[in-house]
Amino acid sequence: MKEAILYLEDGTTFQGRSLSSTGETAGEVVFNTAMTGYQEVLTDPSYAGQIVVMTYPLIGNYGVNEQDVESNKIHVKGFIVKEFCRRHSNFRATKSLIEYLNEQNILAIEGIDTRALTRHLRVQGAMKGMISTKDFDGKVLAGKLAQIPSMEGSDWVKEVTAPKKYIWKEEGLVSGPAGPIYKVAAIDCGIKFNILRILTRLGCEVHVFPAHAGVEEIKAIQPDGLFISNGPGDPAVVNYVIETVKKFFGVIPVFGICLGHQIVGLALGGKTYKLKFGHHGANQPVKDLLDHRVCITSQNHGFCVNIDSLSQDEVEMIGINLNDKTLEGLRHKKMSILSFQYHPEAAPGPHDAQYLFNYFMEMMKAHKKTARINV
Amino acid sequence: MPRRNDIKKILLLGSGPIVIGQACEFDYSGTQACKALKEEGYEIVLANSNPATIMTDPEFADRTYIEPLTPEFIEAIIKKERPCAILPTLGGQTALNLAMKLHESGVLTRYGVKMLGANYEVIKKAEDRECFKQAILKIGLVVPKSHFARTLEEAKKAAEDIGLPVIIRPSFTLGGTGGGIAHTMEELEKIAALGIESSMINEIIVEESIVGWKEYELEVMRDYKDNVVIVCSIENLDPMGVHTGDSITVAPAQTLTDREYQSMRDAAMAIVREIGVETGGSNIQFAVNPQDGRMVVIEMNPRVSRSSALASKATGFPIAKFAAKLAVGYSLDEIQNDITKETPASFEPTIDYCVVKAPRFTFEKFPEVQDILGIQMKSVGETMAIGRTFKEALQKSLRGLEIGHKGLDNKVDYRQIPEEKIEQRLREPNASRIFYLKYALQKGWSPDRVAEVSKIDIWFIDQIAQILELENELKETLKKEQNLPDPLLRKAKEYGFSDAQLAALMQIPENDVRKMRLEKGIIATFKLVDTCSAEFEAYTPYFYSTYETEDEASLQIQKSRKKGEPAKKKIMILGGGPNRIGQGIEFDYCCCHASFALKEMGFETIMVNSNPETVSTDYDISDRLYFEPLTFEDVMNVVGVESPDGVIVQFGGQTPLNLARRLQEAGVPIIGTSVEAIDVAEDREKFSELIKTLGIYQPANGSARSVDEAVAIASRIGYPVLARPSYVLGGRAMKIVYDSQGLLAFIDEAKEVSEGRPILIDKFIEDAIEVDVDAICDGQETFVAGIMEHIENAGIHSGDSACVLPPPTISEILLNQIKQDTCRIAQALKVVGLLNIQFAIKGRKVYVLEVNPRASRTVPFVSKATGIPLAKIAARIMVGRKLSDFDLPADHLEQLKHVSVKESVLPFSRFSGVDIVLGPEMKSTGEVMGIAMTFGEAFAKSQISANQTLLKSGKIFLSVKDDDKRAIVFIAKRLMDMGFSLISTRGTAKVLRANGVQVEVVEPYAQGQHEGSALMSMIKGNEIALIVNTPSGESSQHDMRFIRAAAILHNVPCITTLQGAWAAVNGIESSRTKDFLQVRSLQEYYLDISVKKNFKMEIDKCAVS
Repeated sequence: MKEAILYLEDGTTFQGRSLSSTGETAGEVVFNTAMTGYQEVLTDPSYAGQIVVMTYPLIGNYGVNEQDVESNKIHVKGFIVKEFCRRHSNFRATKSLIEYLNEQNILAIEGIDTRALTRHLRVQGAMKGMISTKDFDGKVLAGKLAQIPSMEGSDWVKEVTAPKKYIWKEEGLVSGPAGPIYKVAAIDCGIKFNILRILTRLGCEVHVFPAHAGVEEIKAIQPDGLFISNGPGDPAVVNYVIETVKKFFGVIPVFGICLGHQIVGLALGGKTYKLKFGHHGANQPVKDLLDHRVCITSQNHGFCVNIDSLSQDEVEMIGINLNDKTLEGLRHKKMSILSFQYHPEAAPGPHDAQYLFNYFMEMMKAHKKTARINV
Repeated sequence: MPRRNDIKKILLLGSGPIVIGQACEFDYSGTQACKALKEEGYEIVLANSNPATIMTDPEFADRTYIEPLTPEFIEAIIKKERPCAILPTLGGQTALNLAMKLHESGVLTRYGVKMLGANYEVIKKAEDRECFKQAILKIGLVVPKSHFARTLEEAKKAAEDIGLPVIIRPSFTLGGTGGGIAHTMEELEKIAALGIESSMINEIIVEESIVGWKEYELEVMRDYKDNVVIVCSIENLDPMGVHTGDSITVAPAQTLTDREYQSMRDAAMAIVREIGVETGGSNIQFAVNPQDGRMVVIEMNPRVSRSSALASKATGFPIAKFAAKLAVGYSLDEIQNDITKETPASFEPTIDYCVVKAPRFTFEKFPEVQDILGIQMKSVGETMAIGRTFKEALQKSLRGLEIGHKGLDNKVDYRQIPEEKIEQRLREPNASRIFYLKYALQKGWSPDRVAEVSKIDIWFIDQIAQILELENELKETLKKEQNLPDPLLRKAKEYGFSDAQLAALMQIPENDVRKMRLEKGIIATFKLVDTCSAEFEAYTPYFYSTYETEDEASLQIQKSRKKGEPAKKKIMILGGGPNRIGQGIEFDYCCCHASFALKEMGFETIMVNSNPETVSTDYDISDRLYFEPLTFEDVMNVVGVESPDGVIVQFGGQTPLNLARRLQEAGVPIIGTSVEAIDVAEDREKFSELIKTLGIYQPANGSARSVDEAVAIASRIGYPVLARPSYVLGGRAMKIVYDSQGLLAFIDEAKEVSEGRPILIDKFIEDAIEVDVDAICDGQETFVAGIMEHIENAGIHSGDSACVLPPPTISEILLNQIKQDTCRIAQALKVVGLLNIQFAIKGRKVYVLEVNPRASRTVPFVSKATGIPLAKIAARIMVGRKLSDFDLPADHLEQLKHVSVKESVLPFSRFSGVDIVLGPEMKSTGEVMGIAMTFGEAFAKSQISANQTLLKSGKIFLSVKDDDKRAIVFIAKRLMDMGFSLISTRGTAKVLRANGVQVEVVEPYAQGQHEGSALMSMIKGNEIALIVNTPSGESSQHDMRFIRAAAILHNVPCITTLQGAWAAVNGIESSRTKDFLQVRSLQEYYLDISVKKNFKMEIDKCAVS
């Protein structure tokens, strides 16, 4: 155990201790209000560049296991909790959370008044912060923190995207007798495994492309639909993806989630803005304006598409956040384009919105039909 | 869709008396529903037989019927009121069952009454186990293997097929009455027989035992648009096999991964949809196999439940209020979350603390019974604690229970406990298992072994081990150093160690620990319960303490002050903590009333309480709510942050009263009756002296600090004597003893209860009439609000005795004497607020038995009977009003045209083998009220409400002690005239026959054994409709106990006093009259009280000034 400090860019400090590795780490500090699912949070590539504060105070209770990963490694820059569990309990657990964090050299601290920290971030907004077990001098830490670029304007996609194209293989999956129904090209901006698992289970063969893949490279596989994934950082700076996506509008169905949704919004000519402290949790109520049901959704985003920046003749709002009335889903009135700010793949979080994937399937089905007719 | 306009008048059913398994959580839910529906402009008709509830306050409904909750009476109410709809999902199992019966008998259809929340088919599908099982299987979920049985033979066959052990659950009961786990065929026969009998439809389910699996509960809400949210998940520390009500439970679930939690959530949603609960709250129980995660569905309640109350308090999400709104047509997204004022109710609370609920047992009241826990609920109350960690919350919950533990401490020396006992106490669930977990670890057991033997998840065991490790570290440090270093002391506070626990470890007074702590700046901080883990700004005035860096209470207080208004004066009200026998809902009623009254006067009110079932812990009752244990330390923490102008200790029962002196010494301004006066009333010697100087009679008495002294006093005043410890409530350990042997036995038993305080010995006045008086005094003037005559003779605890207001048999001279004595005592004590006195009348003498300068159990009853809000007036007096401000009538008791009877409800059926003879130690859990124009009718209603159905025909068994033999003749004659056939034992029969009463003789014993006797088989064969058995003194008290025990088992009403028998005969006669089913609301009764209007105006004026 080692004394640790969290230094925020506005000069606020919190004292804690590290049970895992030592050293220093910096990133944008955000809080997550989900009470379960810390392993999924840690491995969600969308958290790249961020230090995550868990508002639920007891973390690590069920250890970690082989299945509940959303990528191949932990992506958070640092992890802040009230209390780490010493002795976990769960039949699937293979190791403790602390071991897991240690293995991947993630600086994680406990003993923080996480509620006070959360309130601070809510009132002041998400901000940069640094965790250190070496240096406790505010001036020094402030200096170091100044070197770290802010989230706005940062391209984190390039850090997390797949180095090369691959086809997702879901183990033990029995696909239909006729093999996969749809071929999906997924642009990996930091894609969560659960998206791939669900698409595969729904009968898709998912070809995962690096974010910088070219239009032709993608077209080469003759996809039935284009999927743009979730991911970290500022959507406005990933021009290379925005431009690619534009090329598919009206060609094949396009479906985006989270960062993918923001990219779709930008590709349609809209604007994005940074939310004060974002939505990170598993209890966000979203109203689906198509069928008026309210879903409790999993969310993880710091940026948002400004609905007013989009042409009302072309784009309609199909989902709204009931808490702050921000845009949660959009649909193109003429073309097969659909995107959602929240996470139908959950992981962690409620499965209420999983039906959204069916929309994508229907779009591809309709597209295939017309394509056949056209042929 | 906004609210439904096709309905105007709604009948809301309450849950009746407090019984084990159904406590004041339904007052909480009913009150919330009343408020929510009235707010929407509906006309509310309320039916409930429990006078101690807030919901039966006449201002909460348009028409309030305190009538028996039976189909006949509810039909009468429907006939009279013609409501458009009935809302049965907020009054517990009682209301649900009642609505089912009303539907089945066609009453609802006949009068065109719609069922809101859940309809007949839905309730049936959820409650009928076979229907439920089929529904669950249909949606691809799993239930434990099970078979139904309606006979013993079927039960045996089922058990053979499934394999022992099996769980037996009766269909349609509450709190698991009549269920159990059978390990052998003998056990199976016994439990199955009981189960078949206690089921409303004589059916049981024999089920695969999943004892030892992890148990979970989800609280679900659904609206008519099919939006579903999970309000809260709960994980039980005690695994399957212990009733949830008896388990220590934790929110949120701790050891589920998100995957497992989400599949449980999916299952819960699918179940609610399949069962078809239209709107409102439900709860669903799951069991999970700890080895492989296999999940099975246990049961669901298609209504608001005890767990809903807990979930509401644990998250801040007002389930009952929203359930009521959903029932009348709103959807979740149309309701605003009060807490954030911005976000809608269609969200799932997320919490940033840990909640622990611990059950409160009262096995000490039933010494014949072992404290073993099973699937039948035994606890009578609970306390909830909130902390930032499980360790903190657990220790807070344990000290909140008020069972002598200051946290997870040692009450016994673990070294003295043999290994076998540890093993047994871990293996077999029991009331003190949580402490034995620690003892086992102290004895060197590994956490894994403790988990293995107890089947409690290792996560919990390790948390307990951490508490123990810190305790050991503290001890080791104290061996080397005089004081604890700051970080260690802070860590101890973070782990939930109380000052008292630390004081014991450091061997210094608790006050010194506190002082040291404050000097070092280790002070409690308060955090907000906000449903959203601080994601949104919250406006809830609902706090818990913890040891962190930021205090939100002081921030909120500062913020509310900034508005430029002058600071309001603050009054803090201390609640009663967990319900227990002797201290329950009545005190919560008084606390709420104090808050209402003072708020109306412009004070800021602050509530401190730890009982999640109550109305007082609803966050919109007071200006600020602190969910804290009622200990000196925890109360002082709140005082520290609030600095109240006054603290009220006299409304929450004995709990806050016991803190009064220490609080005053610490400089806390106690308002109302002075601590010194409380002391005079509680200290037997000082009290005796006072009564003597006033020239009032009292039984000869003395107080003893040693065994010799006690024996000397008893022989001086003469046996029988009433012996008891001082400073207790509910007659705890009180006993009538007939000789010195009995006295010695008593002293031995009382040691634990009295905690070093003296033992009181009074001459017991035999065959006296007992009278209870509730009065209000402003320090000078006294208002006698209620005089209640007990039906049973003195010697039976006032809380267990039925009583009548106004008193039917006491002469005017004696009543005046009682009034005068009351006034003189009140003035002498300078009581400011409420006062309760118990008198005994023997011949023409009035003796004072006891004076309690605080709210009494009968305050709500008197308020309902007379229409005078005692607690509200008392609260106003405590902040400086005078009685003369209220213009109270002097003769209101004489003016009453109606009669009110209070009857107690006893939990004997929960404790098999217990003798049901009443005595000076209180045993009842709740009460009902019968109100009518004659005594007979009122009594009959009270009996029907208390679930001792009055009889129309059948055999009555009479067996009385010699003293009663003459009087029983008249009773028997009247019963004979009404067409009952009588049977009795030889001695009683001889007297009856000599007086011309036809009676059949029956032998209670067969060859010296009671099993198999003629009488026993008649009871078993349900041939006996009523038993009247008055036992004589101590020595022979036990001779008929097997009859009385059998009576409980077979649900035969049993009367044990002559006075009770008299009243019963009156009641039976009245219930045969044509007009018996006429119902009248409280509002109508009050019309008759001419003074009422005048009085009400005064109250209003008072509120304005």
